Amino acid sequence: MSVLADQFTAHTFVDAFRFIGDNASLMLSKTGQTCELAFAALGIALALALPLGLWLGHRHRGLFLALGVSTLGRALPIIVLIAFGLTVLGVGFWNNTAALVVLGIPPILTNAYFAVDGADRDAVEAARGMGLTERQVLLRIELPLGLPLIVAGVRISAVFVIASATIAAIAGGGGLGDIIVNQASYGLAGVIAGSLCVSAVALLTALALGLVHRAVSRSTTARA
Amino acid sequence: MATQAAELVFDEATKQYPDRPEPAVDRLSLTVPAGEICVLVGPSGGGKTTALKLVNRLIPLTSGDIRIDGRSINDQDVTELRRSIGYVIQQVGLFPHMTVEANIGTVPRLYGRSRQWIRERTAELLELVGLDPSYAKRYPAQLSGGQRQRVGLARALAANPPLMLMDEPYSAIDPIVRARLQDEFLRLQRELRKTVLFVTHDIDEAIKVGDRIAILREGGRLAQYDTPENILLKPADEFVAQFVGADRALKALSLRTLGQISLRPGTWLDGLPQIDASTNLRDALGFLLAGGSDRAIVVDDDGNPLGTVTPEDIVR
Amino acid sequence: MIPVLGGSGPVIPSFGSGSSCEQNNGWWCTDWLREHWGDTLQPALVQHIELVAIAIAAGFLIASVLAIAGFRYRLLDVPVGGFADFLYTIPSIALFQLLVPFTGLTVLTVEIALTSYTLFVLYRNMVAGLRGVPEDALEAARGMGLTRVQTFFRVELPLASPAVLAGLRIATVSTVSIATVAAFVVPKGLGEPIFIGLDQNLFKTEILAAGGLAILLALAADVALAWFARAVTPWSRA
Repeated sequence: MSVLADQFTAHTFVDAFRFIGDNASLMLSKTGQTCELAFAALGIALALALPLGLWLGHRHRGLFLALGVSTLGRALPIIVLIAFGLTVLGVGFWNNTAALVVLGIPPILTNAYFAVDGADRDAVEAARGMGLTERQVLLRIELPLGLPLIVAGVRISAVFVIASATIAAIAGGGGLGDIIVNQASYGLAGVIAGSLCVSAVALLTALALGLVHRAVSRSTTARA
Repeated sequence: MATQAAELVFDEATKQYPDRPEPAVDRLSLTVPAGEICVLVGPSGGGKTTALKLVNRLIPLTSGDIRIDGRSINDQDVTELRRSIGYVIQQVGLFPHMTVEANIGTVPRLYGRSRQWIRERTAELLELVGLDPSYAKRYPAQLSGGQRQRVGLARALAANPPLMLMDEPYSAIDPIVRARLQDEFLRLQRELRKTVLFVTHDIDEAIKVGDRIAILREGGRLAQYDTPENILLKPADEFVAQFVGADRALKALSLRTLGQISLRPGTWLDGLPQIDASTNLRDALGFLLAGGSDRAIVVDDDGNPLGTVTPEDIVR
Repeated sequence: MIPVLGGSGPVIPSFGSGSSCEQNNGWWCTDWLREHWGDTLQPALVQHIELVAIAIAAGFLIASVLAIAGFRYRLLDVPVGGFADFLYTIPSIALFQLLVPFTGLTVLTVEIALTSYTLFVLYRNMVAGLRGVPEDALEAARGMGLTRVQTFFRVELPLASPAVLAGLRIATVSTVSIATVAAFVVPKGLGEPIFIGLDQNLFKTEILAAGGLAILLALAADVALAWFARAVTPWSRA
């Protein structure tokens, strides 16, 4: 361990970049695995949490659930979830996916709830008065008005899931986490390289969703 | 409570924003005698609120001067100046995290007054503005709009300032409560005799509240500064006549009450509707026209008949 | 050498040699819990609270300075908020490892990372709280002759406090949770027994106990801070 302090030089990062160059195909496949795990989980979380959050928000019901889920989601440590998953489901993709879905749901659910619940009441009432069905009210009025908040929730969820997917390596999740927690095989340069790659994945995803957020914010403001 | 008031003088007061071609307030000169209510009224863009905020230096003067009891506002420390002027705004601006008592005690506390002093003063002021002293421990969120505005007035009066600035204080209040607040304010003023600069966009409010009315037109120029009666009956120009409205003769009726005109004898007549002598002529005319009767008995506060009145008597 | 599964922690007897519950890897071995509360769980809990408390205190201090700056000088808001967002986006385990070349396998590394994560929520809530102070209250304060400093301490700060406290709650709960990952770097906190349990053929009781403690600690902190916020902002209940 004391070796590390001596190794503290800019070279560590130069070595890390060299490692990425030398092991391009390995890094690419590991990055791919991380993305696969994270985005599969994010997709499932979206499919489950979005409709539920929209529906609860539309009915203005389940405030307690929305708040409770978000606190619980923050309180659940990923390694505890993965460890539980390991003991129950064993090692594997689905164990990790299940854990990541559980962590990915709260921000999406809570934001979707508040996005629809907080949609301009006057606009909603006007829409009802004009004869839109409940479904149309939700899809044409509340959803577009709440879109920025919903996208913000997806962004938080994505960042959360990618970070957790990295930790999932300890449960055989594969991906960049494998490299980051295995200095014995990959060396410090590998560990740093893996950390840089996963950070890049997270930052790019956040950036992309940030741009989507900006686009939908602008369009709702323009419409309003 | 000590009655004290200050004379307020605008002397060629001008506010020119660098990014606008026209001044917001243009060489405004007027004197508000101590203890009187001066209402600034005019269309939007007339600079009424700007003129008011020049006084407590929330907006700095570009040129000219404003003097309170002969002392230029620019010669005084700005925080001292503001603490010595009562300030009431439309949105009230109560501090949501403070109780009513803490709100009222804000400036006295800055002056180092004791808790005991503030508690007593709060009770006294709440009573004065028509609220039960038990409201002292409530938070603003627990009050209605009218109650908040009363607390706002109490807070402005807390340090017993000789001058009050009131910026559309009743514009956001519903008409019934507004009328009551106006009446209470006028009752209060008869007692306190503060100098008051009062901004409104409502000419009826200006006529009701003001001892004098200053009408500002676009570009912040003074169109007329006079008593309500003269503004209504002798408008200085076409702009003022237009602004006060085609019904200005009708409005002028609201300046006098039945008790101030000569009534016909005839109190023996039974079956006629009764009307209070303190009713203003405009309301009395409305009462007669709506009642379908061409005559009513005027009674005093104790219900004793004073005489009768017809629509012709009123408009004469 | 970076411990993969917290292997450098105290040596815990493997469950193979304990009671029958431990030998069967039961979910809730009371014997084991009674035996190891004192040497494993309790110290881990105390260390965990320490890790979190230091990170929150440091984060709160730094975020306060940044928020006051970002509030007074709007130009600073975008870069400061963006940087906090950037730090928040880096996956925790990656941030830990990226700091190791600078600060080694130390508590300092852990605290820097945990503190970084608190900044985003704390900063954003502080600035939003200060910006959310009603305009009419500010105008009244100025009109009444409160100085800039008096306005800040008597009006802006108290009115921002509900948002600040809400941010503190979120940051604290998240940090309790993320601090379990700290055991990748130093054998401290409730993450450590979990890693050991994972290491030792998935000893269920230890994982359940330490994980449960982490969750309970987070929820207890949430409730305590909610209660505290209620107590110090009586007007928001009105």
